[in-house]
Amino acid sequence: MKLCEIAALLDARFVTGADQAEREATRTFAADLLSDVLAMVREERVLLITGTVTPQVVRVAEVMNMGAVLFVRGKLPTATTVEYATGAGVPLLAAARDMYETCGILYRAGLLPAKRKGLPMDHVPPDPPHP
Amino acid sequence: MSPRTPLTHKRIFRVSSRDLEQAGTVSTEVRRDLLSLGANPDVVRRAGVVCFEGEMNIVLYSNGGRIILIVREDRVELLFSDRGPGIADIDLVSQPGYSTAPDWARELGFGAGLGISNMEQNSDLFKIRSRVGAGTVVRATILLGVPFF
Repeated sequence: MKLCEIAALLDARFVTGADQAEREATRTFAADLLSDVLAMVREERVLLITGTVTPQVVRVAEVMNMGAVLFVRGKLPTATTVEYATGAGVPLLAAARDMYETCGILYRAGLLPAKRKGLPMDHVPPDPPHP
Repeated sequence: MSPRTPLTHKRIFRVSSRDLEQAGTVSTEVRRDLLSLGANPDVVRRAGVVCFEGEMNIVLYSNGGRIILIVREDRVELLFSDRGPGIADIDLVSQPGYSTAPDWARELGFGAGLGISNMEQNSDLFKIRSRVGAGTVVRATILLGVPFF
């Protein structure tokens, strides 16, 4: 899905990188914890959905060659961070919606979760149904 | 230790303790260096992740240190060293989920206790040595042309 389509679905706006609105993001990962982003995402060009607005978010996105960063809950990074993202070529989007709603809208529109490494609960059988 | 292959690139970066404005910039520099050397995307990504985790560890927990990027014909090496305080039980801190991170580090999105195991998982060779009161040294090696398991 193109970044401009993602922005339209969410009423999000480009904080920087509007010139890359045609860029494709095929998969998504959502987390506030950068440790999780670093440890779990196993592919490139991923759309990162986060409510964390530190300079490190953009650097993680750059290092992991992510497609774009989408800030949720109406949060915005500082001007210095935006400037850095512009220089690094990382598009930033901002939406007023919360993370749950954002993920729900994008999932329903067909955006898939990013390939990730195995997690501790992956092979744990589900609880039996309640009587 | 295997015989050394010729050096193609070496760079030393200083990392300041608690400098959150700059934290992460060494990793982006390392990424750019590797891209300009023509390293394959998987190697660049893994080296970037290893470097970021190591860099954040130096910034968040140490009294400052440095990162050395060494590129040889057959490998990328990242050497992290800091000036303390050192790690008493390396096996313990390598366990996923174990963390001594203060609240301010967690508020920045770090300190989940995944750093060292993530560095190890993205490296082909990984060695960590530490002495309490002296410092910690980590050598992470990514072999070029070796598939990542």
